[in-house]
Amino acid sequence: MIMLENIHFTYEGIYTALRGVSLQIDSSELVAIMGSNGAGKTTLIKHINGLLRPQKGRVFLDDRNTSHMSVAEIAREVGLVFQNPDHQLFLDTVEKEVLFGLKKLGFSEDEANEKAQATLEKLGIIDLVERSPFSLSGGERKRVALASVLASQPRILALDEPTIGQDALQKRYLAELLMEMNSEGKTVIVVTHDIEFVIEHFPRTIAMADGRIIADGPTGSVLSNQEVLNICSLTSPQMTQAAQALGKLYSDISPRLTQLDELEYAIMQILGSGIQ
Amino acid sequence: MALISFDNFSFKYIGADSLALRKINISIDEGEYVVITGPSGCGKTTLCRAINGLVPQFHRGYIAGHVYVDSMDTRENEVATLSTIAGMVFQQPENQLVTLNVEKEIAFGPENLGVPPEEIRIRVEELIDLFDLTHLRDKHPHEMSGGEQQRVAMASTLAMKPRILVADEPTSNLDPKSAESILKILSSLNKQGMTIVLVEHRLDLVAQDASRIILMNQGSIVADGTPKEVLIMGLCDEIGVGVPKATQIYKRLHLHGIDLLDVPLSGEELAQMVKEVSRR
Repeated sequence: MIMLENIHFTYEGIYTALRGVSLQIDSSELVAIMGSNGAGKTTLIKHINGLLRPQKGRVFLDDRNTSHMSVAEIAREVGLVFQNPDHQLFLDTVEKEVLFGLKKLGFSEDEANEKAQATLEKLGIIDLVERSPFSLSGGERKRVALASVLASQPRILALDEPTIGQDALQKRYLAELLMEMNSEGKTVIVVTHDIEFVIEHFPRTIAMADGRIIADGPTGSVLSNQEVLNICSLTSPQMTQAAQALGKLYSDISPRLTQLDELEYAIMQILGSGIQ
Repeated sequence: MALISFDNFSFKYIGADSLALRKINISIDEGEYVVITGPSGCGKTTLCRAINGLVPQFHRGYIAGHVYVDSMDTRENEVATLSTIAGMVFQQPENQLVTLNVEKEIAFGPENLGVPPEEIRIRVEELIDLFDLTHLRDKHPHEMSGGEQQRVAMASTLAMKPRILVADEPTSNLDPKSAESILKILSSLNKQGMTIVLVEHRLDLVAQDASRIILMNQGSIVADGTPKEVLIMGLCDEIGVGVPKATQIYKRLHLHGIDLLDVPLSGEELAQMVKEVSRR
């Protein structure tokens, strides 16, 4: 369990990024954090792995106050993938990059190889092991950065914009991998602007603006709340846009629909032919 | 001659074991809005770099064929010359920001092109206004968020008044509302005559603005047409193109024997088309 209690953080005494954030995330939850640029999303997840320490407030991992833990200790439990893979990648082959963290965490050569192999395969970059990360495309580099953190299977995963540069298939593979890790009991937290990705895969959404949490609840209700969307610089999912437009004509279509299947079903009803 | 023309162009980066681009033949006319999409690693970024000459002038490698921009062969003309015609916004905006604050950053391009200072001042103010950067005016680009950097990079490129804007996933770090507003700006620049070449995976954001989608896979062009033509192709699902959900619904309804009158690209278009069919 992760618990944040009234966290405040100001960069160099000038820019206030967090203004009293409290939240609790239970083990094995899948949570998306969304919201405007500069809302404090990245600052928030950096508090979870101890890269930033609260200037006011407390962060707990289970019942341990992280102010008494070193970043190295926290890193065994919380894996963080940065927004820009170039901030994270520094070795000359993909393989070394993925093995680096595993070795640092004390896995044996064999174990490390096995874990690296499995993760690279799942992320579709096994053929790139000998390549230099810097010769890869942006989307591929992002997956190398993801692999280097996912491989060690930390108990808690915090991913900053994991879908940038990923095509639809890669997004699906990534989602499958995250779901699988989640079903094994791992906590998965993503910061993302990708509304459709969130709608499809994340049961809980936290929406932020201006250093505060504006809404926290089931994804469907957070992302169909127009007021929340306005405050947090979010837009409606495409299916909700369609449902809202149709809802004006057909009272039995809920303007809060978010999923493709739901809307497809509703349209089939309107057009009067049952599902074949 | 077309504004941008690829003539049997192939390219392989030094040290790579396969071609990044394979025999590309396309021509793009002035005023088009072209979206380039396709699986990660398929050559989209390389194609962009070939338009402003970074490939082959900066990124060296093995070349065959030619690329012409405004009739200039990119092999024979410097990036500096080409950049006045084709401005490029990179995938990682951080990699193109070079100065100490936003004003200087926007002024940097036109200064280097020898634009008179009064004119530069006007452009800087216009762009700060257009991209909502007033509060960032004196900020160091490397102290800004990814989304802020993207807006600054876009403004800096447009400050050179290029005829072609090449942008590689320019909204990837932006929140949905800011992405929408940047895309509105691009669409209005396009309506004023600017040619836009945009790399994007999230087609639900851009399909309505684009006049054309070029689909790439493994270094080749595998489809090229209007958004409505390309997005209903079965190929899109096979290679992982992010087909807008409204368009996916169109395909599903078709399988159920229901045909909408046209291919919807947005939720609102879909709603409109369902209304039309239900009234018949």
